[in-house]
Amino acid sequence: METIFFTIVAAVTVLSGIMVVTCRNPINSALSLILTFFCIATLYVTLDAPFMAAVQVLVYAGAIMVLIVFVIMLLNIRSEVGRRYTHAGIIGTVVGFLMLVLTFNFLNNSSLTGAKGLITTDVINKIGHTELIARSMFTDFLLPFEITSILLLVAIIGAVILSKKKI
Amino acid sequence: MLSLHSYLILSAILFSIGAIGVLIRRNAIVIFMCVELMLNSVNLTFIAFSKYLGNMDGQIFVFFVMTVAAAEAAVGLALMIAFYKNRESIDVEDLNLMKW
Repeated sequence: METIFFTIVAAVTVLSGIMVVTCRNPINSALSLILTFFCIATLYVTLDAPFMAAVQVLVYAGAIMVLIVFVIMLLNIRSEVGRRYTHAGIIGTVVGFLMLVLTFNFLNNSSLTGAKGLITTDVINKIGHTELIARSMFTDFLLPFEITSILLLVAIIGAVILSKKKI
Repeated sequence: MLSLHSYLILSAILFSIGAIGVLIRRNAIVIFMCVELMLNSVNLTFIAFSKYLGNMDGQIFVFFVMTVAAAEAAVGLALMIAFYKNRESIDVEDLNLMKW
């Protein structure tokens, strides 16, 4: 049952991922990308990470994709017509497939050797996923968390300055 | 129970699709979306490893990746709007000011 569910979700994810690359109209690409994000959120739920699934839907499928769709509609981009033949298309596809083959080769000859931690499914169900994340984030990862706020501040300033009338 | 390999293979396929998209598309916004796809496939790897190793640290990293992606979206789209104002196009082949 679990395997069948995973197979279906994985197939939808890969197909919508291919649609992102192959659609001529950027709006269709953006809608396919939203579908991909939702499928990945579903996979997070099967991996015992419900909080990350919620954040995935809110931040990626919500905030970032709204921004992208907004910009596509604001700029009124038409779909690409009469695509010129370029070597980049062929070479890019070949390089991508080579990368995939190499990764498969690596995955087939590898096994999990790291030490197992204490967080099992039972622990997550007992304590709660959000609380576990919060504990980890505000104790072990407090400094990276604070640095993230500086990154966001820089991004805000950068976006405001770049969208001024005269740069 | 599903093995870790099935998640890693799915993630590898998604990453390759994103990489191919970055290499073959010329529309800057589509390239941007393909980068988001690659970031998401890496997030999937992080969470799969986090579950199968029984460790929470991977999920915190996913959090930081999402923050960086949000910052990148804000700055990248502002750049694209500024570029479109100057050139009336967001084709990456028109980005040739610094080419010699």
